[in-house]
Amino acid sequence: MKEFLEGSRAVAEAVKLCKPGVISAYPITPQTHIVEELAQMVADGELKSQFINVESEHSAASVVLGALACGVRAFTATSSQGLFYMAEVLFNIAGLRLPLVMTCTNRSISAPINIWNDQQDSVSLRDCGFIQLYAENNQEAVDFHLMAYRISEDKSIMLPTMVCMDGFILTHGMESVDMPEQEKVDKFIASYKALYKLDTANPISMGLLADPDYYLETRFAIQETFKDLLKFIPKVSEEFKSNFGRDYKDCLVEEYYTKDAEKIIVAMGSVCGTIKEVVDELRAKGKKVGLLKIISFRPFPYSRVYEILKDAPRVAVLDKAVSLGAYAPLAVEIKAAFFGKKKSPKVISSFIAGLGGRDITLDSVREVFRKLTQREVSLEFIDLKPELLREEYGE
Amino acid sequence: MENNPLFKPGHTGCAGCGQSMAARLVIEAAGANTIVVNNTGCLEVFTTRYPESAWGVPWIHSLFENAAAVASGVEAALIYLGKKDTTNVIAQAGDGGTADIGLQALSGMLERGHDVLYVCYDNEAYMNTGIQRSGLTPFDTNTTTSPVGKASVGNIRQKKPMPEIANAHGIPYVATCSVGYPQDLQRKVKKAISIKGPKYIQIHVPCPLGWRHESNLTYQIARLAVETGLYPLFEYESGKLAAVRKIQPKPVEEYLKTQGRFKHILNNPEELKKVQGVADNNIQKYNLREESPSS
Repeated sequence: MKEFLEGSRAVAEAVKLCKPGVISAYPITPQTHIVEELAQMVADGELKSQFINVESEHSAASVVLGALACGVRAFTATSSQGLFYMAEVLFNIAGLRLPLVMTCTNRSISAPINIWNDQQDSVSLRDCGFIQLYAENNQEAVDFHLMAYRISEDKSIMLPTMVCMDGFILTHGMESVDMPEQEKVDKFIASYKALYKLDTANPISMGLLADPDYYLETRFAIQETFKDLLKFIPKVSEEFKSNFGRDYKDCLVEEYYTKDAEKIIVAMGSVCGTIKEVVDELRAKGKKVGLLKIISFRPFPYSRVYEILKDAPRVAVLDKAVSLGAYAPLAVEIKAAFFGKKKSPKVISSFIAGLGGRDITLDSVREVFRKLTQREVSLEFIDLKPELLREEYGE
Repeated sequence: MENNPLFKPGHTGCAGCGQSMAARLVIEAAGANTIVVNNTGCLEVFTTRYPESAWGVPWIHSLFENAAAVASGVEAALIYLGKKDTTNVIAQAGDGGTADIGLQALSGMLERGHDVLYVCYDNEAYMNTGIQRSGLTPFDTNTTTSPVGKASVGNIRQKKPMPEIANAHGIPYVATCSVGYPQDLQRKVKKAISIKGPKYIQIHVPCPLGWRHESNLTYQIARLAVETGLYPLFEYESGKLAAVRKIQPKPVEEYLKTQGRFKHILNNPEELKKVQGVADNNIQKYNLREESPSS
C-alpha cells in the first residue's frame, strides 16, 4: 500500500515487518527518528521486541551481538561517530558470522563537528565484513532492509548487512513509499534459525582464540562468502521481484542510460536521483550521458562495473567521502575494475562533492559532466568556495 | 554431567592460577543452566584456544570491554524466547576489563536492571599482557607500568572501590569473595543467582606470575589478604551492608612478604605504615574486627 512517509518512519515500518526479537540503540542525529518510531511501536504493543536503551553505540552493537548469539533476530541503527564507536564490535559481529541487519544514516565525521550528510562514516568501515547496500530513495531503503535480512540470515551467507541511507536527505525526507504487506514479508523472510547458538541444551563455545594455525582460514572463509554474494544478492533480488513486484535487477548496480553513453557518472546513494534528473535534461538535448549507480559497495561488483563501463569513453566517479592522502574510495574501486583488463574507459576522472552536507545541486552535477573532458582529473572538489579558501590561507 | 564437568581440566592456565580455581568454583555453583559471557583476558585465552574449550556450558567471548553489554543482549534474547526463568546469565572479566575499560558497559548493565550476575576476577593488574597496572592494583604495588625506581615506590593509587561503585547503582546484591574461602565464594554465587536483577561479585584471585609467589601458595596468600584486612569480605543486600567476614587482624607484613611485587617496601617502615593504614581503614569501615572472647 502506498503511503506518504518520512524516510525514518518508512524504515521503522520495514524493520517492524521483519520482526526483530531484540532492538538496541543509542541516539545520534540523524538516526534518532528510526529508533524513536520503533520504541513507540514496542510501547504500543504493536511490536513484540525487547527494546534495550544502552549507554553507548559500543554497547548497542554488543547487545545485538549477544541476542544474535542466542539465535534471536536483531536490529540496530546509528550514524557517523556512533558508527565509528561501534566499529570494533562490527568487525567482531562479522567475524562471529552473526547476521545483524543495521541502518547507517550517513553523516559526516568530526572534526569539525557536522551533523549533515556525506558517506564518510560507512565508506570508512568498508573493511569490517558487513555487506553494504546504498539506497537512492526511501523505497529502496525499505526494500533493502527486507532483502538484507533475507541475505544475511541465509545459511550459505551468515554475514551482517549495513543498509546505508543518506542522513536528512532520505531519513527526514517525505516520499511516497509502497509498504510491503506483512503476509508477503513473512513468506519472503522465514523465521531466523541460527546454525550455532548459545543454548544450555547443547553447550558450545563461541569467540575462541584462533592462533596463527587457524586465523587465516577464518578471514579466507569470509572473503569466499563475499564472492558468493555476487551471485546470491541477484538471486534474492529475483525472489524479491516475484514477491513484491519491484525489480532491482541484480541489486548490485543500476544502469541509467549507460548503453550508448559517452559520459557516465558513477555514484552511490541519494545523489543518484539528482544525477538522473541531469541525465534526463542532457539526453533531451541529445547529449549521450548516463549514470551507473553502485548499490552494493561490499561486495564490490567489479565484473559488472567492467562490463558496463568498458566501452564508455569517459567516466566520472563522484565520491561523497575522501581517503585523505589517497585517491577517493569509490574511484579506487572503479579504477581497479579495469586494471590489467583489455578494455577500459579512456578517462576515469574522480570528483569529490557534498562533504558535510554541502548540497549537490543540479548545477553541481552539470559541472561534473562539464569537467569530464579528455583530460583526466583526480580528486577534483566540486562547489568549493574560493572566498573561504582565501580566508583560510590568508592569500 | 559427571563425565562432562562445567569447567574442564587441560586448559593452559599457569600452575597455581587463582583465577582458574575461582572460575571453576563459580560455574559449578551456578550450574549447567548458565550462559557465560567472557571479556578478553587470561581466563578467555587459557580456556578457549581453538579448537579446544574448557567450558561445559554455553560460553561466548566478544571483546575486552563489552561482556556486560553482550550479557544484556543474551538476557534480552532469553526473555524474548521465554527462557529467562530457567537460565542464568553470567558476565565475567578480570579487574582491568571490569574497573577500567569495561566500567561503562558494566554501569549500563547494572543501571538497566538486567538479570545478570557479573563476576570480576581481581588479580590486581593486567596479567594477560604482562603485569601492567590497573584501577584495581593496590597501593605501592610494583608492576611493569608502575615500576619501582629511585623516584617511585610503585603504584601511587589505592584500589578503585568497585564494589561500592556497583552498590551505588542500587542493585540488589554486591559481594566480595576470595579464592582462599571457596565455600564462602560458592555460597555467595548461589545466593546471587537466586536473586533477580543485576548482581556484582568481585573475587580476589592471586596470580603467581604477576605477584611473584610460589605457585603452591595461592590459597594461603589469598587467605592472608583477608586476614590482614587488605581484602575485606562483605555482602551488600539492597544497598545495605548485610554481612562481613570477621577477622583477628594480622599485620600487613605477613601478607606482603609472601610476594615479590611488595618486596621493595618490606624494609621501608614509612611505606609499610601507609599499607597498614589501608588495612586499618578497611577494618574500621567494614567493622571487620572479631570481638575477642577475653575482652
